[in-house]
Amino acid sequence: MLPELGQFALILAMLLALLQAFFGIAGPALGRDRWVAATVPAVAGQLVMVATAVGCLMMSFVNFDFSVRYVAENSNTALPLFYRIAGMWGAHEGSLLLWIFLLAAWTAAVTVGTARLPPRFTARVLGVLGAISFGFLLFTLVTSNPFLRLEPPAPDGIDLNPLLQDPGLATHPPVLYTGYVGLAVAFAFACAAMLEGRTDQSWARWARPWATAAWAFLTCGITLGAWWSYYTLGWGGYWAWDPVENASFMPWLVGTALIHSLAVTDKRGLFKSWTLLLAILGFSLSLIGTFLVRSGVTVSVHSFAADPTRGTAILIFLAIAIGSALTLYAWRAPLLKSNAGFELTARESFLLFNNVLLVIAAATVFGGTIAPLIAGALGQGALSVGAPYFRPTFLLPILPLLSLLAIGIHAHWKRGQLSQSRRTILATLLIACAIALAVVIGAFSGKHILAVVGVGLGAWIILSSLADPIDRWRRRLTLSRSVLGMTIAHVGLGVIVIALTLVESYTVERDIALGNGESARVGAYDFRLVGTRSLDGPNYSAVRAEVTVSRNGRLVTVLHPEKRDYWVRRQVGTVAGIKNEYGTDVFVALGDDLGAGRWSMRAQIRPMVLLLWLGPMIMALGGFCAVSDRRYRLVYGAAGALESEAAQAGPKERTA
Amino acid sequence: MSSLPHPTKFVIPLATFVLIAVVLAIGVKHSPDVGVIHSPLIGKPAPSWELPELDTHRAFGSKDLRGHWYVLNVWGTWCDTCRLEHRELLAIGQRSAVPIIGIDWRDDDAQADAYLSQLGNPYRTVTTDHDGRVAIDWGVYGAPETFLVNPDGVVVYKQIGEMTDQVWRKEFLSRLPRALAERTS
Repeated sequence: MLPELGQFALILAMLLALLQAFFGIAGPALGRDRWVAATVPAVAGQLVMVATAVGCLMMSFVNFDFSVRYVAENSNTALPLFYRIAGMWGAHEGSLLLWIFLLAAWTAAVTVGTARLPPRFTARVLGVLGAISFGFLLFTLVTSNPFLRLEPPAPDGIDLNPLLQDPGLATHPPVLYTGYVGLAVAFAFACAAMLEGRTDQSWARWARPWATAAWAFLTCGITLGAWWSYYTLGWGGYWAWDPVENASFMPWLVGTALIHSLAVTDKRGLFKSWTLLLAILGFSLSLIGTFLVRSGVTVSVHSFAADPTRGTAILIFLAIAIGSALTLYAWRAPLLKSNAGFELTARESFLLFNNVLLVIAAATVFGGTIAPLIAGALGQGALSVGAPYFRPTFLLPILPLLSLLAIGIHAHWKRGQLSQSRRTILATLLIACAIALAVVIGAFSGKHILAVVGVGLGAWIILSSLADPIDRWRRRLTLSRSVLGMTIAHVGLGVIVIALTLVESYTVERDIALGNGESARVGAYDFRLVGTRSLDGPNYSAVRAEVTVSRNGRLVTVLHPEKRDYWVRRQVGTVAGIKNEYGTDVFVALGDDLGAGRWSMRAQIRPMVLLLWLGPMIMALGGFCAVSDRRYRLVYGAAGALESEAAQAGPKERTA
Repeated sequence: MSSLPHPTKFVIPLATFVLIAVVLAIGVKHSPDVGVIHSPLIGKPAPSWELPELDTHRAFGSKDLRGHWYVLNVWGTWCDTCRLEHRELLAIGQRSAVPIIGIDWRDDDAQADAYLSQLGNPYRTVTTDHDGRVAIDWGVYGAPETFLVNPDGVVVYKQIGEMTDQVWRKEFLSRLPRALAERTS
């Protein structure tokens, strides 16, 4: 009964989405204000219906309803409650439902958050979101219905993919999807502005908090994904330039460009058409990412639900969604004119460089991700593009980007008066160099020139970001939330740069084979296998090893890596033993039983991994801090312009 | 900003996207490897194995199959896809000169007997792998999986998921020596 109810709710939701799209787009176009007003109840109804469907699927999981195909394929009587609930989004159909649910929730948030905006503009935003939701619901019901029944019912389920049986699973996809869906909101704002033929920059002001929030969620989601693969995939890697990872990274890069470009459009009325294009591009890349992951056209370690028949359907959806947005762009963008010019060393130039370099970086990732596809289409056979391509080509635009950030942060809007900040720039650079040399040579006794460059850049970014806020604080001036958020986010970026440099330069990794009582030295640490024993979990049996780790004869920790045999699916999962000591991870994963009590193991010493998770979290925190700026909650005039601009201006507008 | 006439410039993104969409469309059409997980076993000797037969409990395994081509099908009564492909296996079993050997995986003997007497038995020999040890050696991670093994005991092909007429003709028959394939089809 529940699955039928869920399916019925989904069908109703789809019809409501269609109404929402129609009223939202046709209402303002024909000037019918009752149609405009009808969008809000459609949004509310859709949220209720989608939530009902989610509830029904969740209950089917909780109640072991193996007559539902999706439940039978992704759970098992032995699966604990927590993973039965999380299992809902463990495969394709449920992920789509989660996506739709989050879109409905964001849309509802938009109706609340835009209450003070012109109603016709809001209706258009809701209309575009309704059209996207309709597309996803139609796709789900036609190709990926999670409520399909099995005839006869399965006696037991196949179990959830063991890789996904981890607390990281419960949090990673919802957070990441929240980010993707948030980009849909920025996309909808851009489309609404184009539909309306707006030539001013007010839409950019309205879209900013949404784009920033989406970006912050995307940042958290990608970090959780990296953290999850580090702890559960068993090879100790956090980033493999895998298609699925790239699919989340490309929208992030473009999203980063977008939030900067939106700032320029909002504050200075420049880059208008470029900002529109970035808003379209960000969402398009998350759709293309979904296509790459779900259609099975690229082979990935993460694609749990590849199906070529769905590929065509997603491609049609892509063509309609992105194609119509870009057509709208080609039609409307020529109307836009920039308000003013700017000098070469003004803040606008630096943000232009930021945008160009970020888009180039996204393009290199995109190229590498679809290169195997192109090679296949041209009959060139299988082509594998991995880290050797991505690393250098990605660093090429990113290194200048980071240096320009450290300088450009001191630049003023409109006028190039960088010479005023020359002393600050030089001082921060000198201190950063000193820190880099001290860290690399002092703490790591390293010789890598790249490590010095990386740590130096990271430190320079942190110092530069802090210089101006500290100056304001000393002069007892207030800092707005958005400037504070920007500072925090840039500090987070500096932390990431330092962490990545240290982890990549000074990780020691070795595959060792140990028998009981034997030990091996990896880096400065001695790993000794004390013994192994078997144990049973709810739906797996496992071998757990006890490994002592010591340094200079002093015991550091005892690790318990596990190798699990999930007996329902007959898959192997690993749980690495990890101990963090002063920010450095001592890592050991259990490999194969070599017989006679000997085991192969992978041991790693990864310095400063903790910072690698901390940095992005600081960055995301900065994003959320900026969203909370009261500037975004002020009442707008009839034209949507905000008069009290000067009073709200950030510290960079001293010259304006 | 650019020397292009103003309106044309804004069509570039659309044109780029059309180009990418075409590439993606070709990619969807030309992805023959979709769904194929390359078994590390392909081209390598199959594991030596021995299991009790379902009806007689006599030991049967790789030693009995040496010098013969054979198809190894891993199945279970609990597996829905196995039920789906059963009709196809029956058809293959009837006209094929290559024997199909079944491994009944993690199953109950009584249920397996009932299943085969009800739906028909396509197998030359059915063996039972109660604890799944042999299936692990074969690298099986879901049922059904079907292997093609040559007389030297080397795995030539592995099909994950449902066996269909198309898969049989394209992937299995094409790999058999011509004489055997002609007798088979």
